[in-house]
Amino acid sequence: MTFQAFLIKYAEIGIKGKNRYIFEDALIRQIELHLERVEGDFTVTKAYGRIYVNALSEYDYEELIAELQKVFGIVWICPVLQLPDEGFSVLAEKIVAYMGEVHPDRHVTFKVDARRARKNYPLTSQDINIQLGEVLLDAYPELKVDVHKPQLTLRVEVRDQFINVYSIQIPGPGGMPLGTAGRATLLLSGGIDSPVAGYMIAKRGVTIDAVYFHAPPYTSERARKKVEELASLVAKYAGPIQLHIVNFTDIQLYIYEKCPHEQLTIIMRRYMMRIAESIAKKNGSMALITGESIGQVASQTIQSLNATNEVCTLPVFRPVIAFDKQEIVTLAEQIHTYETSIQPYEDCCTIFVAKHPVTKPSLNVIHASERKLEEEIDRLVEEAMNTIETVVCRP
Amino acid sequence: MEAYLDNSATTRVFPQVQKLMIETMDEQYGNPSSLHSRGMAAEEYVTRAAQQIADTLKVDRKEIVFTSGGTESNNMALMGGAFAAKRRGNHIITTQIEHASVSGPLKFLQEHGFVVTYLSVDREGHISLEELQEALREDTILVSLMYVNNEIGAVEPIAEAAKLVKAYNPQILIHVDAIQAYGKYVIRPKRLHIDLMSVSGHKIHGPKGIGFLYLNEKVRIQPLVYGGGQQKGMRSGTENVPGIAGMGLAARMMYEQHEEQIERLYQLREQLIKGMSEIEGVTLNGALDRTNAPHIVSASFAGIRSEVLLHSLEAKGIYVSAGSACSSNKPAVSATLTAIGVDQALLDSTLRFSFGHFNTEEQIDYTIEVLQEILPRLRKYTRM
Repeated sequence: MTFQAFLIKYAEIGIKGKNRYIFEDALIRQIELHLERVEGDFTVTKAYGRIYVNALSEYDYEELIAELQKVFGIVWICPVLQLPDEGFSVLAEKIVAYMGEVHPDRHVTFKVDARRARKNYPLTSQDINIQLGEVLLDAYPELKVDVHKPQLTLRVEVRDQFINVYSIQIPGPGGMPLGTAGRATLLLSGGIDSPVAGYMIAKRGVTIDAVYFHAPPYTSERARKKVEELASLVAKYAGPIQLHIVNFTDIQLYIYEKCPHEQLTIIMRRYMMRIAESIAKKNGSMALITGESIGQVASQTIQSLNATNEVCTLPVFRPVIAFDKQEIVTLAEQIHTYETSIQPYEDCCTIFVAKHPVTKPSLNVIHASERKLEEEIDRLVEEAMNTIETVVCRP
Repeated sequence: MEAYLDNSATTRVFPQVQKLMIETMDEQYGNPSSLHSRGMAAEEYVTRAAQQIADTLKVDRKEIVFTSGGTESNNMALMGGAFAAKRRGNHIITTQIEHASVSGPLKFLQEHGFVVTYLSVDREGHISLEELQEALREDTILVSLMYVNNEIGAVEPIAEAAKLVKAYNPQILIHVDAIQAYGKYVIRPKRLHIDLMSVSGHKIHGPKGIGFLYLNEKVRIQPLVYGGGQQKGMRSGTENVPGIAGMGLAARMMYEQHEEQIERLYQLREQLIKGMSEIEGVTLNGALDRTNAPHIVSASFAGIRSEVLLHSLEAKGIYVSAGSACSSNKPAVSATLTAIGVDQALLDSTLRFSFGHFNTEEQIDYTIEVLQEILPRLRKYTRM
């Protein structure tokens, strides 16, 4: 069966009171943006607290569903049969045909769940449930009724202009429509974790931009291309991402020269956070996002996180903080960033890594080390800030 | 200044070759198999190229089979050769330092019941004829040797090896991967008893996506690609006329003033070797004299990762290859460097410099200068 209409269900938006229309309009806008990438003509409309996607031309079902599944805020996508009201017997006939086509395997339990938004329809919701149930059982004796835990629920909604019939619900990504929750800045390294972190925060409706620290000649142009590629992959969900590329070489070499090597990574990360925060503030971002996970590496022990967090005044979101590596990998595979993340290019966190980096840095010791940088570091940071290159990574 | 010293990866296409290729795309765009005059005109280009190549090898032009490049030629020779000879046996001999386009198909053949012996090499990358002699068995059907190694430029004793093999059993097929050798050496397959020989177009200032397999007329192998029966059924598919024409001309040009060109390449090589041997902490790999190929220098730089040095040189306009790429998440150690016994610590610190027609003495001087300047700076920041 070729569906011409899709009912889009959303959850949390429904409870946002008087701001509800802001969220709904944002969701409609996001659906429209995503549909631009799908071949075919579609309209997105809002009616009585429902959003519908209607196909005006031929389209590829799989392609459309895959794209809708990338729109944050959508909880369910329901391909729906929209019928004009031509009397109950015609309706029943069409529903029998629908069941025959959409559910070829009918050895299941089912129930009919009717709702009557148009109150002058001659049958009550309960009447529709009972009468349609009987018609279906007559047509398909292999069906069994179960009103408590049916395997298949046939929903019938009698509305003013038409009657909606649907029984398929495809899960959306959930979350909130993009652009409804401000902006945050993601520290994107090229590894597995940070793209996932960016995805998770964007899913809450947050617009994200990203910062990448590169260190030529220690990191290659290919590593940078890989990060741009990752940003583009996340952008399939999160929309175009501004990627700010910071040249970190001189800062890194200066730290290497002046500070104890086992503290390098921590001090380096503190400077990354400082720079990311300056960029965030410049761009109206109100939080930082990292892909840190407790204890994954030396710089992500609780003590190390404390040391890097100390230099930030903005909130730092760490959505994968309590995830095991495998959980992060699973998510990365789901959003298709994993394959790109595991390309073997060196990032600037690994090039100078010490054999035995500190795992429990003391703030006093780190402060003392950083004082050795006083002479040049401000100038170097300023230079790094002034030479930032920004590229827009589109889906 | 710019110095492209990565000619073993690929080369710049001769301007005359470019022009000829445009001609075959613009005016003479016919399909060589078409019966009309456009088709015949296109066929002319293919025939001429085959003749040009055959002339450089002193073979018949019917013995040249065009392929999509060196990789396909190697695959065709090994798989086609092994499958055609499998009634006689299933043993294949090769070396530990072959290119992936040889070791890859051999691995596939191993998975399909063939047995492969890998000959070791000495510090300069040469196989031992004694070891080869000992490896020969009654069921040996194929010996595949590279003429010039792509990483260090070692030249294998093809003539002696082939003679020895044919003396043991003339039915054993000899395949030579000559991808790094063609254009550098005058090769006479007939005199050398070579049955199959692979060559690539883009290593000789010709285009990419084209190569050929010399296939001795007396030898039968299984085709890899089936279809319309072009090239006497050995390699179906409409001939890549621009590529073939381009490669033919490039081949001819490589063998014009050949001796002078090779002398020039050796001089560039010796100039770079001399310059680098005066720099502290540089180890040169392979033979330094003229027993080595004229266009390849392999050098290890203690304490510096090859990728970092490569990018530092790149920043100065010098383009080279990493001898062995090794990074934090995927070690890919070079089989050749390991086989010749390069120090473990230097494996990830090795670069390959390779020359072509367009390189100059000035570029080599510049490269030495840049190395002198950046090596001490990079050594200051070594990984712990």
